[in-house]
This record gives sequence, C-alpha cells and structure tokens, in this order.
Amino acid sequence: MKLNWFKYASPATFYPLAGKLIPWFALSAAGLTLAGLYLSFFVAPTDFQQGESYRIIFIHVPAAWMSMFIYIVMAGWAAAGLIFNTRLSSMMANALAPTGALFTFIALWTGAFWGKPTWGAWWVWDARLTSELILLFLYLGFLALHAAIDDTRRADRASALLALVGAVNVPIIYFSVKWWNTLHQGASVSMTMAPKMAATMLLGMLIMALACWMYSIAAALARVRCIILEREQQAEWLAKLTQEPA
Amino acid sequence: MMRTLGHIVSRDILLAIRRRADVATTLFFFVIVASLFPLGMGPEPKLLRAMAPGILWVAALLASMLSLGRLFDADYADGCLEQLMLVPEPLALVVIGKVMAHWLISGLPLVLIAPVIALQFDLPAGSLGTLLLALLLGTPLLSLIGAIGAALTVGVRGGGVLVSLLVLPLYVPVLIFGAGAVDASATGMDASGHLSILGALLLLGMVLAPWATAAALRISLE
Repeated sequence: MKLNWFKYASPATFYPLAGKLIPWFALSAAGLTLAGLYLSFFVAPTDFQQGESYRIIFIHVPAAWMSMFIYIVMAGWAAAGLIFNTRLSSMMANALAPTGALFTFIALWTGAFWGKPTWGAWWVWDARLTSELILLFLYLGFLALHAAIDDTRRADRASALLALVGAVNVPIIYFSVKWWNTLHQGASVSMTMAPKMAATMLLGMLIMALACWMYSIAAALARVRCIILEREQQAEWLAKLTQEPA
Repeated sequence: MMRTLGHIVSRDILLAIRRRADVATTLFFFVIVASLFPLGMGPEPKLLRAMAPGILWVAALLASMLSLGRLFDADYADGCLEQLMLVPEPLALVVIGKVMAHWLISGLPLVLIAPVIALQFDLPAGSLGTLLLALLLGTPLLSLIGAIGAALTVGVRGGGVLVSLLVLPLYVPVLIFGAGAVDASATGMDASGHLSILGALLLLGMVLAPWATAAALRISLE
C-alpha cells in the first residue's frame, strides 16, 4: 500500500482528524498531570537543602523545556509553510505560538517564585533567565507581527520569516548572554550544582513534562481547528460539515 | 553590478542630503538620550564612568532603530520600491545598497559624535579608540538586522512601534559585545576578544541579512 504523506496536509482532511485526536491528548494530559502532581507532592521526598520550595521544579522545568522546544517546532512549521506553500503549516505555526509564549511566561513566573526563597531575589540576571526573557520577546514579536498584518497570507509568510530569523539568532543570543553573565560575575547563583536528584523526583518531573507535551498538542490542535474555521469560511467542505446534523 | 550598487547608494545619500533635517533628528536623538541618563542618575563621576558604555550603546541601538522607518517606507509610499524590485540584478544587492546608504546616513554620524558624548561621561581617553572601533563594527550590523524588521513591516499600520518589538531582541548580542568591548578597555582589560566576535557577527550578518531582507521585501510586496 502506498502511503500518501500529504493526505492530512489539507485543512479539509485535517479538521476532522484533529477533532478526533483532541480528546485523546486532552485526556492523557489530564491523567498524566494528576499522576505527576501526586508523585511530586506526596511521593517525592523533601529536598534536604532547599526544603519544600524545590517542588516548583515539577512545573518549572517542563515549562522551560516546552518553551524552547515549541519555538523550534514553530520555526519548523513556519519553514515548511514557506517552502511547500501549504496553508496548514502556517496555521500550525500560528496555533503553537500562544502556547509557547504561555510556557515561557510560566517558566519565568515559577522561576521567580523559586528564586525568592532560594536565592533571596525574585530575579537575577542569570544567563538562562535572561535568554528565556528574550525568548518571550521573540514569541511576542511573532504574535504582534501576525496580528498587525490584515492579509492572512502575507501575515503568515512574514511571521514565518521572522520565526526563522529568530531561530538562527537564538543560539547566538544564548551564548552571548552566557558569556556576558560570566564576565559580570554579580548575583549569579549556579543552578547546575544541584545535588543528584532522587529517582522519584526525576520520575515526577518527566511525567509532568509528558503532561505538558500532551497539553500542548491538544491546545495547538484545538487552536488550529479554530483557525481553520475562521479562514475557510467560504469553503464548500466546511459548509457541508456544519450543515450535517452531528 | 557595482554600478547598480553605486547608483542606489548615491541616490539614497542624495535624497538624504536634500532632507537634512531627517539625518540631524537621529543624531540629536542619540545626543539627547545619552544626556538624559546623568540627569536621571545623578552626576556622580564614578557611577557615570561605569555606566557610560552601556548608555552609549543603548542610545545607539534606539537611534538606529528609530531611523529604520526611513529605509523602505518612503520608497514604498511613492512606488519606487516596486520599481527597484524589477531591477535585473539580485534583490539582495539592492538591499545591500540601501543598507549601506542607511548606515552612512544614520550610523556613521553617530559613530563620529560618540567620543564627544563619551567625554561627558568621563570615559578614559584610552578607551575612546575602542569605543570608536566597536561602534564602527556594530552600527552596520544594527542597520543590517534592522533592515529585516523594516522590510517585514513595510506598509503595515503601526509599523514603527512594531519594528521595535521585532528588532530589539535581535540587537541583544550587538549590545553585549559592543558595550563589553568598551567596558573591558575602560577597566584595563583586553578588548580584542569582544571586537573579534563583533567582527564575526558583522560578517555573518553581511552574508545572511540581505538575503533575509530580500525575502521579506518579496513577501511584503507580493
């Protein structure tokens, strides 16, 4: 049997598929979150150095991972949209951006909550914090550029190019900030010297990370369905779909 | 090819000479912003000396960003930009010409006046040369990166504010190494590492940015 890789590249076939997939991803996100929270609050031992406050890592670390990973995926979709000129790719890039920005914000916010009891400051100009903040600015620029252009086709392509320029710049920004930080040895506190993690801590964190993955996929699919509905208002298949009794 | 480049550069410079006020505005913006900091922070010479590299670079970043509107907007408004895109040479070449002119008009005057401002901040005379060199390497890079943002927002409503959101995060490495070079030489350390990285970034920008700007222009004007 010959596989048609592009079958689901069309909004008409992807829309029902996404609808079918969303409940599965949403359910597994909910289940994994419950399991992860149980592990992290009741099973994982108290850290002997940081006390209870370390438990924020169960949301903080997954959010930070997701924030970076989603930017790469978003840039990948944006590139696909520019290269193959497929509508769905740009829609996926747009659907991912708010989720990525949300996770970046959560990572910064929970980081501040962790920093206050541990470092004694809400914010230090550490390399990771600073580059995460700049990542948030990149997400906001992407969203703002897309929102400012009325013609959706032009908006898609312009923001896709911006995402690619950002993706090229992210490593440069990260290393320059890192170097800047080591030169200005101010309030920096090493985050890498953390003691070896207990296995249950690691497990809780990984399960939470998986939950964040599932949530991101579900949210992006739900958002892409809304975008399809918005953009394909005139499409025949959509009229057929909405008129049919469910 | 060189002739086309020359024509584009000389045309933009001629246009700028005809409207000198625009050029002066950017320059005075730079001077005023730099002069506001001592008023806000107090005239303590030690503090000012420590802050000078950062202040000068942030002011240069903002001045360069504010002048980006002039890069493509006027040409877009009178239809010139569409004609320029029909030039048989590669569009990236046209972009290089426009960026060169932009730097000569808004970057170079800023580089030349910066040492004078630096004296106001009591920066040691020995590091003025480093400041000049760092700005010479850094401001063309600002024009190159900014051109991408300017091309993406050509003809977009609220483009001026939008371009700052797009471009300023990308300026961060230039700021770090530019201010770092001046800081290093002011504190008696070797600045050549910073300057080398700034030069490397400039080369990278010269290769990639015109190409990205050309793609952005095609998207904006299709």
